[in-house]
Amino acid sequence: MEIDPFIFRLSIFILSIFIGYYVVWSVTPSLHTPLMSVTNAISSVIIVGAIIAGLAGNPDSVFNISSTFGFLAISLAAINIFGGFLVTQRMLAMYKKKKKEK
Amino acid sequence: MLSANLSAIFYLISGVLFILALRGLSSPETSRQGNFFGILGMIIAITVTFLSIGNFSIGFVVVLIFLLIGGLIGAFIAYKIPMTAMPELVAGFHSLVGLAAVFVAIAAFLNPEAFNLGSPGNIKLGSLIEMSIGAAVGAITFSGSIIAFLKLQGIMSGSPITFKGQHPLNALILISIIVLTYLLCSTQSSNLFWILLTVSFLIGFLLIIPIGGADMPVVISMLNSYSGWAAAGIGFTLENTALIITGALVGSSGAILSYIMCKGMNRSFFNVILGGFGATEQSSSSQNKEQKPVKSGNADDAAFLMKNASSVIIVPGYGMAVAQAQHALREMVDTLKKNDINVSYAIHPVAGRMPGHMNVLLAEANVPYDEVFELEEINNDFANADVAFVIGANDVTNPVAKTDPQSPIYGMPVLDVEKCKSVLFVKRSLSPGYAGIDNDLFYKENTLMLFADAKKMTEDITKNL
Repeated sequence: MEIDPFIFRLSIFILSIFIGYYVVWSVTPSLHTPLMSVTNAISSVIIVGAIIAGLAGNPDSVFNISSTFGFLAISLAAINIFGGFLVTQRMLAMYKKKKKEK
Repeated sequence: MLSANLSAIFYLISGVLFILALRGLSSPETSRQGNFFGILGMIIAITVTFLSIGNFSIGFVVVLIFLLIGGLIGAFIAYKIPMTAMPELVAGFHSLVGLAAVFVAIAAFLNPEAFNLGSPGNIKLGSLIEMSIGAAVGAITFSGSIIAFLKLQGIMSGSPITFKGQHPLNALILISIIVLTYLLCSTQSSNLFWILLTVSFLIGFLLIIPIGGADMPVVISMLNSYSGWAAAGIGFTLENTALIITGALVGSSGAILSYIMCKGMNRSFFNVILGGFGATEQSSSSQNKEQKPVKSGNADDAAFLMKNASSVIIVPGYGMAVAQAQHALREMVDTLKKNDINVSYAIHPVAGRMPGHMNVLLAEANVPYDEVFELEEINNDFANADVAFVIGANDVTNPVAKTDPQSPIYGMPVLDVEKCKSVLFVKRSLSPGYAGIDNDLFYKENTLMLFADAKKMTEDITKNL
Protein backbone atom coordinates (compact mmCIF):
# COMPACT_ATOMS: atom_id res chain seq x y z
CA MET A 1 0.00 0.00 0.00
CA GLU A 2 1.28 3.43 -0.89
CA ILE A 3 1.68 6.23 1.59
CA ASP A 4 -0.60 9.20 1.05
CA PRO A 5 1.47 12.29 0.03
CA PHE A 6 -0.37 14.13 2.79
CA ILE A 7 1.70 12.17 5.31
CA PHE A 8 4.89 13.54 3.78
CA ARG A 9 3.61 17.09 4.02
CA LEU A 10 2.55 16.45 7.58
CA SER A 11 6.09 15.20 8.33
CA ILE A 12 7.58 18.36 6.86
CA PHE A 13 5.14 20.42 8.91
CA ILE A 14 5.89 18.68 12.22
CA LEU A 15 9.66 18.76 11.69
CA SER A 16 9.48 22.45 10.77
CA ILE A 17 7.67 23.19 14.01
CA PHE A 18 10.61 21.65 15.85
CA ILE A 19 13.12 23.58 13.75
CA GLY A 20 11.15 26.75 14.46
CA TYR A 21 11.13 25.95 18.16
CA TYR A 22 14.90 25.64 18.43
CA VAL A 23 15.73 28.45 16.04
CA VAL A 24 13.43 30.94 17.75
CA TRP A 25 14.70 30.10 21.23
CA SER A 26 18.17 31.06 20.04
CA VAL A 27 16.97 34.49 18.90
CA THR A 28 18.35 37.12 21.24
CA PRO A 29 15.56 38.93 23.18
CA SER A 30 16.75 42.32 21.98
CA LEU A 31 15.83 41.27 18.43
CA HIS A 32 12.31 40.11 19.21
CA THR A 33 10.69 43.03 17.42
CA PRO A 34 12.62 42.43 14.18
CA LEU A 35 11.76 38.74 14.62
CA MET A 36 8.07 39.60 14.51
CA SER A 37 8.38 41.84 11.49
CA VAL A 38 10.45 39.32 9.56
CA THR A 39 8.08 36.44 10.37
CA ASN A 40 5.36 38.72 9.09
CA ALA A 41 7.20 39.15 5.84
CA ILE A 42 7.97 35.48 5.31
CA SER A 43 4.46 34.28 6.17
CA SER A 44 3.35 36.37 3.23
CA VAL A 45 4.83 33.68 1.00
CA ILE A 46 1.09 32.92 0.88
CA ILE A 47 1.32 35.19 -2.16
CA VAL A 48 2.19 31.98 -4.03
CA GLY A 49 -1.42 30.84 -3.63
CA ALA A 50 -2.68 34.28 -4.57
CA ILE A 51 -0.66 34.25 -7.80
CA ILE A 52 -2.02 30.82 -8.75
CA ALA A 53 -5.55 32.10 -8.16
CA GLY A 54 -4.90 35.30 -10.06
CA LEU A 55 -3.48 33.57 -13.12
CA ALA A 56 -6.25 30.96 -13.23
CA GLY A 57 -8.72 33.15 -15.12
CA ASN A 58 -8.86 32.57 -18.90
CA PRO A 59 -7.70 35.35 -21.24
CA ASP A 60 -11.28 36.38 -22.09
CA SER A 61 -12.25 37.06 -18.51
CA VAL A 62 -9.21 38.00 -16.45
CA PHE A 63 -11.37 39.33 -13.66
CA ASN A 64 -13.68 36.50 -12.65
CA ILE A 65 -14.63 36.31 -8.96
CA SER A 66 -11.99 33.79 -8.01
CA SER A 67 -9.09 35.55 -9.72
CA THR A 68 -10.22 38.92 -8.35
CA PHE A 69 -9.83 37.55 -4.84
CA GLY A 70 -6.43 36.33 -5.98
CA PHE A 71 -5.44 39.80 -7.20
CA LEU A 72 -6.54 41.44 -3.95
CA ALA A 73 -4.59 38.84 -1.96
CA ILE A 74 -1.53 39.57 -4.11
CA SER A 75 -1.65 43.24 -3.15
CA LEU A 76 -2.18 42.50 0.54
CA ALA A 77 0.67 40.00 0.64
CA ALA A 78 2.92 42.35 -1.35
CA ILE A 79 2.36 45.15 1.19
CA ASN A 80 3.54 42.73 3.84
CA ILE A 81 6.49 41.36 1.91
CA PHE A 82 7.94 44.74 0.97
CA GLY A 83 6.88 46.45 4.18
CA GLY A 84 8.02 43.58 6.40
CA PHE A 85 11.47 43.06 4.91
CA LEU A 86 12.21 46.76 4.51
CA VAL A 87 11.17 47.74 8.00
CA THR A 88 13.19 44.83 9.39
CA GLN A 89 16.19 46.03 7.46
CA ARG A 90 15.66 49.55 8.75
CA MET A 91 15.53 48.29 12.32
CA LEU A 92 18.50 45.98 12.03
CA ALA A 93 20.61 48.77 10.57
CA MET A 94 20.16 50.63 13.87
CA TYR A 95 21.64 47.93 16.08
CA LYS A 96 25.22 49.03 16.55
CA LYS A 97 28.00 47.94 18.81
CA LYS A 98 29.77 50.25 21.20
CA LYS A 99 32.41 52.28 19.42
CA LYS A 100 35.92 51.57 20.61
CA GLU A 101 37.16 54.19 23.04
CA LYS A 102 39.83 56.33 21.48
CA MET B 1 7.27 25.72 -17.81
CA LEU B 2 8.90 24.25 -14.76
CA SER B 3 8.20 20.62 -13.91
CA ALA B 4 6.31 19.96 -10.68
CA ASN B 5 9.28 18.19 -9.13
CA LEU B 6 11.74 20.94 -9.96
CA SER B 7 9.47 23.66 -8.58
CA ALA B 8 8.95 21.61 -5.42
CA ILE B 9 12.73 21.58 -4.98
CA PHE B 10 12.86 25.34 -5.37
CA TYR B 11 10.06 25.79 -2.83
CA LEU B 12 12.07 23.63 -0.45
CA ILE B 13 15.11 25.87 -1.01
CA SER B 14 13.09 28.97 -0.21
CA GLY B 15 11.77 27.25 2.92
CA VAL B 16 15.36 26.59 4.01
CA LEU B 17 16.28 30.22 3.32
CA PHE B 18 13.44 31.31 5.59
CA ILE B 19 14.83 29.10 8.37
CA LEU B 20 18.22 30.80 7.86
CA ALA B 21 16.51 34.19 8.01
CA LEU B 22 15.28 33.45 11.52
CA ARG B 23 18.56 31.81 12.47
CA GLY B 24 20.37 35.04 11.60
CA LEU B 25 18.50 36.86 14.33
CA SER B 26 20.47 35.00 17.02
CA SER B 27 22.84 37.97 17.08
CA PRO B 28 22.76 41.51 15.69
CA GLU B 29 25.89 40.86 13.60
CA THR B 30 24.34 38.05 11.59
CA SER B 31 20.84 39.51 11.49
CA ARG B 32 21.27 41.64 8.38
CA GLN B 33 22.54 38.63 6.45
CA GLY B 34 19.54 36.69 7.74
CA ASN B 35 17.16 39.29 6.39
CA PHE B 36 18.88 39.00 3.03
CA PHE B 37 18.28 35.23 3.04
CA GLY B 38 14.62 35.90 3.73
CA ILE B 39 14.35 38.26 0.77
CA LEU B 40 16.15 35.76 -1.46
CA GLY B 41 13.77 33.00 -0.37
CA MET B 42 10.79 35.17 -1.22
CA ILE B 43 12.15 36.06 -4.67
CA ILE B 44 12.75 32.38 -5.43
CA ALA B 45 9.25 31.38 -4.29
CA ILE B 46 7.53 34.05 -6.40
CA THR B 47 9.66 33.46 -9.50
CA VAL B 48 9.14 29.71 -9.35
CA THR B 49 5.38 30.18 -9.08
CA PHE B 50 5.33 32.29 -12.24
CA LEU B 51 7.54 29.84 -14.12
CA SER B 52 5.61 26.76 -13.05
CA ILE B 53 2.30 28.22 -14.22
CA GLY B 54 3.95 29.46 -17.39
CA ASN B 55 1.04 31.74 -18.24
CA PHE B 56 2.43 35.05 -19.41
CA SER B 57 -0.72 36.43 -21.01
CA ILE B 58 -2.69 39.49 -19.97
CA GLY B 59 -3.33 37.91 -16.55
CA PHE B 60 0.40 38.01 -15.84
CA VAL B 61 0.46 41.76 -16.43
CA VAL B 62 -2.47 42.25 -14.07
CA VAL B 63 -0.73 40.16 -11.40
CA LEU B 64 2.40 42.29 -11.75
CA ILE B 65 0.37 45.47 -11.44
CA PHE B 66 -1.28 44.32 -8.22
CA LEU B 67 2.09 43.13 -6.93
CA LEU B 68 3.59 46.52 -7.67
CA ILE B 69 0.74 48.45 -6.04
CA GLY B 70 1.08 46.41 -2.84
CA GLY B 71 4.86 46.65 -2.97
CA LEU B 72 4.84 50.42 -3.28
CA ILE B 73 2.39 50.82 -0.40
CA GLY B 74 4.47 48.46 1.74
CA ALA B 75 7.75 50.19 0.94
CA PHE B 76 6.22 53.58 1.61
CA ILE B 77 4.94 52.47 5.02
CA ALA B 78 8.26 50.83 5.89
CA TYR B 79 10.20 54.05 5.30
CA LYS B 80 7.71 56.43 6.88
CA ILE B 81 6.74 54.58 10.05
CA PRO B 82 8.25 55.95 13.29
CA MET B 83 9.89 53.32 15.49
CA THR B 84 7.52 54.06 18.36
CA ALA B 85 4.64 52.88 16.16
CA MET B 86 6.18 49.43 15.62
CA PRO B 87 3.52 47.54 17.65
CA GLU B 88 0.71 49.04 15.58
CA LEU B 89 2.56 48.30 12.36
CA VAL B 90 3.13 44.66 13.25
CA ALA B 91 -0.52 44.25 14.29
CA GLY B 92 -1.58 45.83 11.00
CA PHE B 93 0.69 43.52 9.02
CA HIS B 94 -0.76 40.49 10.83
CA SER B 95 -4.23 41.48 9.77
CA LEU B 96 -3.08 41.62 6.15
CA VAL B 97 -1.59 38.11 6.28
CA GLY B 98 -4.86 36.89 7.79
CA LEU B 99 -6.98 38.56 5.13
CA ALA B 100 -4.70 37.33 2.33
CA ALA B 101 -5.12 33.77 3.67
CA VAL B 102 -8.89 34.22 3.67
CA PHE B 103 -8.88 35.54 0.10
CA VAL B 104 -6.71 32.69 -1.15
CA ALA B 105 -9.04 30.20 0.55
CA ILE B 106 -12.06 31.86 -1.07
CA ALA B 107 -10.37 31.80 -4.48
CA ALA B 108 -9.54 28.12 -4.02
CA PHE B 109 -13.07 27.33 -2.89
CA LEU B 110 -14.64 29.09 -5.90
CA ASN B 111 -12.19 27.79 -8.46
CA PRO B 112 -10.72 24.53 -7.15
CA GLU B 113 -9.67 23.42 -10.65
CA ALA B 114 -6.94 26.07 -10.70
CA PHE B 115 -5.36 24.42 -7.67
CA ASN B 116 -6.01 20.79 -8.74
CA LEU B 117 -8.39 20.26 -5.85
CA GLY B 118 -11.39 18.89 -7.75
CA SER B 119 -14.37 20.83 -9.08
CA PRO B 120 -16.78 23.26 -7.36
CA GLY B 121 -19.14 21.31 -5.14
CA ASN B 122 -16.87 18.33 -5.36
CA ILE B 123 -13.64 19.39 -3.67
CA LYS B 124 -11.36 16.71 -2.28
CA LEU B 125 -12.26 16.13 1.37
CA GLY B 126 -8.74 16.60 2.73
CA SER B 127 -8.27 19.85 0.80
CA LEU B 128 -11.61 21.15 1.98
CA ILE B 129 -10.71 20.53 5.63
CA GLU B 130 -7.33 22.24 5.19
CA MET B 131 -8.94 25.11 3.33
CA SER B 132 -11.57 25.62 6.06
CA ILE B 133 -8.92 25.62 8.79
CA GLY B 134 -6.77 28.08 6.85
CA ALA B 135 -9.75 30.33 6.15
CA ALA B 136 -11.08 30.25 9.73
CA VAL B 137 -7.70 30.90 11.36
CA GLY B 138 -6.97 33.59 8.77
CA ALA B 139 -10.27 35.31 9.54
CA ILE B 140 -9.61 35.19 13.28
CA THR B 141 -6.14 36.63 12.70
CA PHE B 142 -7.60 39.42 10.59
CA SER B 143 -10.33 40.66 12.90
CA GLY B 144 -8.25 40.05 16.05
CA SER B 145 -5.35 42.05 14.64
CA ILE B 146 -7.66 44.87 13.61
CA ILE B 147 -8.83 45.18 17.22
CA ALA B 148 -5.24 44.98 18.51
CA PHE B 149 -4.28 47.67 16.00
CA LEU B 150 -7.14 49.96 17.06
CA LYS B 151 -6.26 49.52 20.73
CA LEU B 152 -2.56 50.19 20.17
CA GLN B 153 -3.29 53.17 17.96
CA GLY B 154 -5.51 54.58 20.70
CA ILE B 155 -8.53 54.76 18.40
CA MET B 156 -10.18 52.22 20.68
CA SER B 157 -9.81 52.38 24.44
CA GLY B 158 -7.02 50.18 25.76
CA SER B 159 -9.05 49.11 28.74
CA PRO B 160 -10.62 45.67 28.66
CA ILE B 161 -14.19 45.44 27.37
CA THR B 162 -16.08 42.76 29.23
CA PHE B 163 -19.74 41.83 29.41
CA LYS B 164 -21.82 39.16 31.04
CA GLY B 165 -21.81 35.77 29.39
CA GLN B 166 -18.72 36.64 27.36
CA HIS B 167 -16.88 33.39 27.93
CA PRO B 168 -19.87 31.07 27.32
CA LEU B 169 -20.61 33.04 24.13
CA ASN B 170 -17.04 32.67 22.90
CA ALA B 171 -17.04 28.97 23.74
CA LEU B 172 -20.31 28.56 21.84
CA ILE B 173 -18.90 30.30 18.77
CA LEU B 174 -15.74 28.20 18.84
CA ILE B 175 -17.83 25.03 18.97
CA SER B 176 -20.00 26.30 16.14
CA ILE B 177 -16.85 26.79 14.02
CA ILE B 178 -15.99 23.13 14.45
CA VAL B 179 -19.57 22.04 13.67
CA LEU B 180 -19.69 24.33 10.61
CA THR B 181 -16.41 22.91 9.33
CA TYR B 182 -17.79 19.41 9.71
CA LEU B 183 -21.05 20.28 7.93
CA LEU B 184 -19.20 22.15 5.20
CA CYS B 185 -17.06 19.11 4.51
CA SER B 186 -20.02 16.77 4.32
CA THR B 187 -22.28 19.01 2.21
CA GLN B 188 -19.79 21.19 0.25
CA SER B 189 -22.37 23.96 0.53
CA SER B 190 -20.96 27.37 -0.34
CA ASN B 191 -23.43 29.04 2.05
CA LEU B 192 -21.83 27.20 4.94
CA PHE B 193 -18.42 28.39 3.76
CA TRP B 194 -19.53 32.04 3.98
CA ILE B 195 -21.14 31.47 7.38
CA LEU B 196 -17.94 29.85 8.62
CA LEU B 197 -15.96 32.91 7.51
CA THR B 198 -18.40 35.34 9.13
CA VAL B 199 -18.40 33.47 12.43
CA SER B 200 -14.59 33.33 12.41
CA PHE B 201 -14.35 37.08 11.84
CA LEU B 202 -16.72 37.56 14.76
CA ILE B 203 -14.80 35.35 17.18
CA GLY B 204 -11.50 37.08 16.35
CA PHE B 205 -13.13 40.36 17.31
CA LEU B 206 -14.67 38.98 20.53
CA LEU B 207 -11.47 37.24 21.62
CA ILE B 208 -9.38 40.42 21.65
CA ILE B 209 -11.76 43.08 23.04
CA PRO B 210 -11.52 41.87 26.68
CA ILE B 211 -7.72 42.07 26.65
CA GLY B 212 -6.18 45.25 28.04
CA GLY B 213 -3.48 47.48 26.57
CA ALA B 214 -0.51 46.24 28.56
CA ASP B 215 -1.29 42.64 27.66
CA MET B 216 -0.72 43.55 24.03
CA PRO B 217 2.74 41.90 23.94
CA VAL B 218 0.99 38.57 24.45
CA VAL B 219 -1.79 39.38 21.99
CA ILE B 220 0.57 40.46 19.23
CA SER B 221 2.71 37.36 19.68
CA MET B 222 -0.38 35.17 19.69
CA LEU B 223 -1.72 36.72 16.50
CA ASN B 224 1.75 36.30 14.99
CA SER B 225 1.41 32.62 15.76
CA TYR B 226 -2.11 32.44 14.27
CA SER B 227 -0.99 34.07 11.04
CA GLY B 228 1.58 31.27 10.79
CA TRP B 229 -0.95 28.50 11.32
CA ALA B 230 -3.27 30.11 8.75
CA ALA B 231 -0.42 30.13 6.23
CA ALA B 232 0.36 26.49 7.02
CA GLY B 233 -3.30 25.54 6.51
CA ILE B 234 -3.27 27.14 3.08
CA GLY B 235 0.12 25.50 2.46
CA PHE B 236 -1.46 22.08 2.92
CA THR B 237 -4.29 22.99 0.54
CA LEU B 238 -1.85 24.15 -2.11
CA GLU B 239 0.54 21.26 -1.39
CA ASN B 240 3.30 23.84 -1.19
CA THR B 241 6.38 23.05 0.90
CA ALA B 242 7.60 26.64 1.24
CA LEU B 243 4.26 27.65 2.71
CA ILE B 244 4.08 24.66 5.07
CA ILE B 245 7.62 25.23 6.39
CA THR B 246 7.06 28.97 6.80
CA GLY B 247 3.70 28.49 8.48
CA ALA B 248 5.21 26.09 10.99
CA LEU B 249 8.17 28.42 11.66
CA VAL B 250 6.00 31.48 12.18
CA GLY B 251 3.46 29.53 14.18
CA SER B 252 6.02 28.23 16.64
CA SER B 253 7.83 31.57 16.74
CA GLY B 254 4.68 33.39 17.82
CA ALA B 255 3.86 30.68 20.34
CA ILE B 256 7.30 30.95 21.96
CA LEU B 257 7.08 34.73 22.12
CA SER B 258 3.66 34.52 23.80
CA TYR B 259 5.13 32.06 26.29
CA ILE B 260 8.07 34.38 27.07
CA MET B 261 5.71 37.32 27.52
CA CYS B 262 3.36 35.37 29.81
CA LYS B 263 6.32 34.25 31.89
CA GLY B 264 7.47 37.86 32.12
CA MET B 265 4.16 38.64 33.80
CA ASN B 266 3.94 35.39 35.77
CA ARG B 267 0.53 34.75 34.30
CA SER B 268 -0.81 31.75 32.46
CA PHE B 269 -1.68 32.04 28.81
CA PHE B 270 -5.34 31.37 29.57
CA ASN B 271 -5.41 34.06 32.22
CA VAL B 272 -4.30 36.59 29.59
CA ILE B 273 -6.62 35.29 26.89
CA LEU B 274 -9.67 35.32 29.16
CA GLY B 275 -8.85 38.95 29.69
CA GLY B 276 -10.26 41.56 32.01
CA PHE B 277 -6.99 41.93 33.95
CA GLY B 278 -6.51 45.28 35.64
CA ALA B 279 -10.19 46.14 35.55
CA THR B 280 -11.16 44.52 38.84
CA GLU B 281 -8.29 45.47 41.11
CA GLN B 282 -8.51 49.19 40.55
CA SER B 283 -11.36 49.65 43.04
CA SER B 284 -9.62 47.91 45.93
CA SER B 285 -6.42 49.91 45.64
CA SER B 286 -8.18 53.26 45.69
CA GLN B 287 -9.83 52.42 49.02
CA ASN B 288 -6.71 51.97 51.10
CA LYS B 289 -4.92 54.91 49.61
CA GLU B 290 -3.97 56.79 52.73
CA GLN B 291 -1.73 59.77 52.29
CA LYS B 292 1.81 58.47 52.38
CA PRO B 293 4.74 60.85 52.28
CA VAL B 294 6.46 61.13 48.94
CA LYS B 295 9.70 62.87 48.22
CA SER B 296 9.56 64.75 45.00
CA GLY B 297 12.31 66.69 43.33
CA ASN B 298 13.24 68.63 40.25
CA ALA B 299 15.75 68.24 37.45
CA ASP B 300 18.41 69.99 39.51
CA ASP B 301 18.20 67.44 42.33
CA ALA B 302 18.27 64.57 39.86
CA ALA B 303 21.30 65.99 38.09
CA PHE B 304 23.09 66.43 41.42
CA LEU B 305 22.42 62.83 42.41
CA MET B 306 23.60 61.44 39.13
CA LYS B 307 26.67 63.63 38.92
CA ASN B 308 27.87 62.19 42.20
CA ALA B 309 27.14 58.60 41.21
CA SER B 310 29.67 56.25 39.74
CA SER B 311 27.16 53.89 38.15
CA VAL B 312 23.65 54.50 36.87
CA ILE B 313 21.13 51.96 35.58
CA ILE B 314 18.36 53.16 33.30
CA VAL B 315 15.01 51.35 33.42
CA PRO B 316 12.88 52.34 30.43
CA GLY B 317 9.21 51.46 30.00
CA TYR B 318 6.21 52.18 27.85
CA GLY B 319 6.07 55.78 29.11
CA MET B 320 9.38 56.46 27.38
CA ALA B 321 7.86 55.35 24.09
CA VAL B 322 4.78 57.50 24.61
CA ALA B 323 6.86 60.57 25.41
CA GLN B 324 9.31 59.77 22.56
CA ALA B 325 12.05 60.35 25.12
CA GLN B 326 14.61 57.86 23.79
CA HIS B 327 16.76 60.47 22.03
CA ALA B 328 16.70 62.87 24.97
CA LEU B 329 17.60 59.96 27.20
CA ARG B 330 20.60 59.04 25.08
CA GLU B 331 21.85 62.62 25.21
CA MET B 332 21.57 62.58 28.98
CA VAL B 333 23.52 59.32 29.10
CA ASP B 334 26.20 60.76 26.79
CA THR B 335 26.67 63.62 29.23
CA LEU B 336 26.88 61.20 32.13
CA LYS B 337 29.49 59.15 30.32
CA LYS B 338 31.60 62.24 29.73
CA ASN B 339 31.70 62.56 33.50
CA ASP B 340 33.07 59.00 33.71
CA ILE B 341 29.85 57.55 35.05
CA ASN B 342 29.04 53.96 34.17
CA VAL B 343 25.65 53.66 32.51
CA SER B 344 23.71 50.55 31.50
CA TYR B 345 20.12 49.86 30.55
CA ALA B 346 17.85 47.24 32.13
CA ILE B 347 14.97 45.91 30.06
CA HIS B 348 12.11 43.94 31.51
CA PRO B 349 10.70 41.29 29.12
CA VAL B 350 7.26 42.92 29.03
CA ALA B 351 8.37 46.56 28.97
CA GLY B 352 6.49 48.29 26.17
CA ARG B 353 3.73 47.01 23.97
CA MET B 354 5.49 44.23 22.08
CA PRO B 355 8.44 41.88 22.57
CA GLY B 356 11.71 43.77 22.20
CA HIS B 357 9.95 47.14 21.91
CA MET B 358 12.40 49.00 24.20
CA ASN B 359 15.45 47.52 22.49
CA VAL B 360 14.36 48.87 19.12
CA LEU B 361 13.71 52.34 20.52
CA LEU B 362 17.11 52.46 22.22
CA ALA B 363 18.76 51.20 19.05
CA GLU B 364 17.00 53.97 17.15
CA ALA B 365 18.50 56.50 19.56
CA ASN B 366 21.94 55.06 18.78
CA VAL B 367 22.38 53.26 22.07
CA PRO B 368 24.91 50.46 21.45
CA TYR B 369 23.18 47.12 22.02
CA ASP B 370 25.97 45.87 24.29
CA GLU B 371 24.97 48.45 26.90
CA VAL B 372 21.44 47.07 27.02
CA PHE B 373 20.77 44.11 29.32
CA GLU B 374 17.92 41.72 29.97
CA LEU B 375 16.42 41.24 33.40
CA GLU B 376 18.41 38.13 34.38
CA GLU B 377 21.67 39.62 33.18
CA ILE B 378 21.48 42.82 35.16
CA ASN B 379 19.26 42.20 38.17
CA ASN B 380 22.18 41.51 40.52
CA ASP B 381 23.87 44.76 39.54
CA PHE B 382 21.23 46.98 41.11
CA ALA B 383 22.67 46.32 44.57
CA ASN B 384 25.99 47.82 43.47
CA ALA B 385 24.60 50.71 41.47
CA ASP B 386 24.27 54.22 42.87
CA VAL B 387 21.27 55.47 40.94
CA ALA B 388 18.41 53.73 39.18
CA PHE B 389 16.71 56.01 36.68
CA VAL B 390 13.20 54.68 36.03
CA ILE B 391 11.68 56.33 33.01
CA GLY B 392 8.14 55.39 32.04
CA ALA B 393 8.15 52.01 33.79
CA ASN B 394 6.11 51.16 36.85
CA ASP B 395 4.71 47.68 37.55
CA VAL B 396 7.92 45.96 36.42
CA THR B 397 9.81 47.61 39.30
CA ASN B 398 7.20 47.04 42.02
CA PRO B 399 8.79 45.16 44.95
CA VAL B 400 5.28 44.04 45.97
CA ALA B 401 5.64 41.26 43.42
CA LYS B 402 8.25 39.71 45.70
CA THR B 403 6.72 40.40 49.10
CA ASP B 404 2.91 40.39 49.03
CA PRO B 405 1.21 37.11 48.04
CA GLN B 406 -2.13 38.97 47.90
CA SER B 407 -0.96 41.24 45.12
CA PRO B 408 -2.22 40.53 41.60
CA ILE B 409 1.34 40.74 40.31
CA TYR B 410 2.83 38.50 43.02
CA GLY B 411 5.46 36.19 41.55
CA MET B 412 6.06 38.30 38.49
CA PRO B 413 9.80 38.75 37.89
CA VAL B 414 10.66 42.39 38.66
CA LEU B 415 13.75 44.54 38.39
CA ASP B 416 15.36 44.94 41.85
CA VAL B 417 15.40 48.70 41.53
CA GLU B 418 14.87 49.23 45.29
CA LYS B 419 18.33 47.79 46.00
CA CYS B 420 19.99 50.81 44.43
CA LYS B 421 21.34 53.51 46.76
CA SER B 422 18.83 55.92 45.29
CA VAL B 423 16.01 55.69 42.82
CA LEU B 424 14.85 58.41 40.46
CA PHE B 425 11.34 57.92 39.19
CA VAL B 426 10.22 59.96 36.19
CA LYS B 427 6.44 59.83 36.09
CA ARG B 428 3.63 62.21 35.40
CA SER B 429 1.68 61.44 38.57
CA LEU B 430 1.41 58.97 41.41
CA SER B 431 -1.30 57.05 39.60
CA PRO B 432 -1.00 53.28 39.67
CA GLY B 433 0.26 51.43 36.62
CA TYR B 434 -1.53 48.97 34.44
CA ALA B 435 -2.03 46.34 37.15
CA GLY B 436 -4.00 48.96 39.09
CA ILE B 437 -1.86 48.67 42.20
CA ASP B 438 0.20 51.14 44.12
CA ASN B 439 3.97 50.94 43.79
CA ASP B 440 5.68 50.82 47.21
CA LEU B 441 8.78 52.16 45.60
CA PHE B 442 7.22 55.64 45.42
CA TYR B 443 7.24 55.93 49.22
CA LYS B 444 10.71 54.53 49.94
CA GLU B 445 13.24 56.68 51.78
CA ASN B 446 15.73 56.63 48.93
CA THR B 447 13.23 57.34 46.15
CA LEU B 448 12.96 60.73 44.52
CA MET B 449 9.91 61.27 42.36
CA LEU B 450 10.32 63.51 39.33
CA PHE B 451 6.83 64.54 38.28
CA ALA B 452 7.08 65.61 34.65
CA ASP B 453 6.85 64.52 31.08
CA ALA B 454 9.66 62.01 30.49
CA LYS B 455 11.17 63.84 27.54
CA LYS B 456 11.07 67.27 29.13
CA MET B 457 12.54 66.01 32.41
CA THR B 458 15.42 64.21 30.70
CA GLU B 459 16.24 67.31 28.69
CA ASP B 460 16.18 69.45 31.84
CA ILE B 461 18.47 67.03 33.66
CA THR B 462 20.94 67.14 30.79
CA LYS B 463 20.99 70.93 31.02
CA ASN B 464 21.72 70.75 34.74
CA LEU B 465 24.48 68.18 34.51
